[in-house]
Amino acid sequence: MKEDQQRLLRLWWLDRMTAAEDPCAEKLTWFWHGHFATSEAKVDYPDLVLAQNETLRAHVRGDFRAMTRAMVVDAALVYWLDGQANLVGAANENLGRELMELFTLGLGHYGETDVKEASRALTGWTIDPDLRVTEFDPGRWDPGAKTVLGRTGELDAVGLVDVLVARPESADFVIGRLWARLVSSTPPSAGTRDVLRRAYGPATDLRALLAAIVGAPEFRDGASVLVKQPVEWAIGLMRAVGVRAVALTDDEADHLVIALQSLGQLPFRPPSVGGWPDGIAWLTPSANLDRLTVARLVLSRADLRPPTSGRLDWARDVLGVETWSARTATALDRLDEPRELLAVAAISPEYVVSG
Amino acid sequence: MKAVTRRRFLGFSGVAAGALALGATALPWSDLLAAAARDPRPDGQGVLVVVTLYGGNDGLNTVVPVADPAYVRARPDLAYDPHEVLPLAAGLGLNPGMRGLEAVWRQGRMAVVQGVGYPRPDHSHFRSMAIWQTASPVTPSGAGWLGRWLDATGDDPLRALSLDPVLPPLLVGERSAAATLPLGGLPMPQGRLGEALAALGLPDATDDAFRARVAQSVEHLGSIGSSLAPALAGRTPIDSTELAEQLSLAADLITARVPTRVYSASLGGFDTHADARGTQERLLGVLDDAVAPFLARMAGTPAGRDVVVIVYSEFGRRVQANLSDGTDHGTAGPVFLLGDRVQGGLHGTMPSLTDLDAGDMRPTVDFRDVYATVLDGVLEADADAVLREPRGRLGGLVKPPV
Repeated sequence: MKEDQQRLLRLWWLDRMTAAEDPCAEKLTWFWHGHFATSEAKVDYPDLVLAQNETLRAHVRGDFRAMTRAMVVDAALVYWLDGQANLVGAANENLGRELMELFTLGLGHYGETDVKEASRALTGWTIDPDLRVTEFDPGRWDPGAKTVLGRTGELDAVGLVDVLVARPESADFVIGRLWARLVSSTPPSAGTRDVLRRAYGPATDLRALLAAIVGAPEFRDGASVLVKQPVEWAIGLMRAVGVRAVALTDDEADHLVIALQSLGQLPFRPPSVGGWPDGIAWLTPSANLDRLTVARLVLSRADLRPPTSGRLDWARDVLGVETWSARTATALDRLDEPRELLAVAAISPEYVVSG
Repeated sequence: MKAVTRRRFLGFSGVAAGALALGATALPWSDLLAAAARDPRPDGQGVLVVVTLYGGNDGLNTVVPVADPAYVRARPDLAYDPHEVLPLAAGLGLNPGMRGLEAVWRQGRMAVVQGVGYPRPDHSHFRSMAIWQTASPVTPSGAGWLGRWLDATGDDPLRALSLDPVLPPLLVGERSAAATLPLGGLPMPQGRLGEALAALGLPDATDDAFRARVAQSVEHLGSIGSSLAPALAGRTPIDSTELAEQLSLAADLITARVPTRVYSASLGGFDTHADARGTQERLLGVLDDAVAPFLARMAGTPAGRDVVVIVYSEFGRRVQANLSDGTDHGTAGPVFLLGDRVQGGLHGTMPSLTDLDAGDMRPTVDFRDVYATVLDGVLEADADAVLREPRGRLGGLVKPPV
């Protein structure tokens, strides 16, 4: 029953990503899902998981402060990090620690005392077992003064978030995370970094930051490369060849999910609160076979109109690849069947790594 | 709430079953079979088999201090009676689910390192497992401890194999990562498709570092396929638990003298907050049914006598039982080392059950010292360099090759 709901939820998002008229919003929601990484492995309440997803989507072009305020009292995140077990006099530091380490500041920008004090500020939130929403119970809240990163006050969850996101290290942390997933594993130049900081500004403006990222010279530079995460890779391919997740039979959808599992990435199942790895972790030898499985499965459903000649250019256009290397062109030249040709093109270094 | 399992940690489920369902037996590029014997592992070169128990195995009910009154007091309904456990040493017994390993103990090929943990224990599964896998208690987000060993030892893709389809963090380094060998093998496409795939494995002058890496991974896929083919050809998977399948596959590869130095396998489900005794006994039985036959195949054979198995979990459980006939997350626990090269018996010191730190045992052995001991003793590595600090060693735990 619960497994069925989880299965439906997974396919719902995969399909939404393949069908969305605003794919950027889905890509950003996917990014923030990996940032506030929450797994249904523990949060086995699909309604909570879905609600968190909608909350994230509502904030992707808003401001980071509001998004984080919403997340620290989000039922799925609270349950994931034992926030409901955090009450005055009996602190549970799980949420407070991850809020600083993984969500707002990064390691090295706070101390153990800050974690303890932050956890006190986060007390008071419980989860209504029937409605499955968080509720504030003043009796569980620690009303005393707390000092976090030198700021003292009778902080609550919102007050704590405001203190954290106002830190200059938080701006650099958020900018760095987005940059590393949207542009390049190489950090921005000093000039670009200043532009990004100004765009994000004290308002923690994500829309302005995204505009600045897209406007950065590095964004258009072909030398800025990223390994596509498995889900992004699969969704990109499905969109390129016009195959929606709901167009797959149940069997095919199961095989798609199995291959994505084997590749190491499924929606709503990050391996830990730290989210998914990036870069070379995706480039194992056996991953090539999993990608080939996905590509062949997707392409079996695609309505292709290959030209009679110029197949390599056609494959390039379909997949949005700038050029084929001599190596890949040689490999693709061996293939006559258009689906096989596109499948191998989709697992080529030129497509697996985005330029 | 469901138990935390390995899959919960890695975030996936049903992978192996699925891989098998996809149908994969025949190994590809079988015309390259002849290449398989080119680089056999020589005698005396150690092999490390890492078995991770996800969820936090209850050490106190694994190596049981049956004679300690504090143990019985703390766990009125969960404690084993002296006659229920398998005798190990004075006052200590092995969980009754581990009959096969009791025999290994009697043969002197099983070491129990007691009280292993790390400073300032963290009770989160994820963080604690990350700490064990990275060997970095302070910042457990970087490279895995065997990933750093890979970084330091060159380029051969066969050096370490994960028998779990998803790479565990311990096998991911900064520059290199282990290969995964799904239980279903590597079903290479045949014909033109296979040729085209192989052709993607060539380097190209225009490749950036990542694209070069993709091409290299394709090339490695081919070389792994061909190197492992003789060991896998005609292999019939055993019909058993996933862990037993994984170790059976490892035994086949080791016997074939594949040059792999590290294998990684795992078993999940040890998060026994409730109804602990039955669940844990069953899981330790699964471990026993996988490891004991593996060791029996290795024992005394030229290809198997340099194999050392290490079994660990991210933390032990609280000394005191909770109100649901279970135990909550604790700290120190036993680590097992097994094999011909292991000096059997008890190592380290059993932590006190009365001098507790907020209800938890105080670790007596730092897990990084165990790692250093196997890095040196089994992998002949510069352990202090891999672990990035001078560590202690557990003297006499791992014996030199004969």
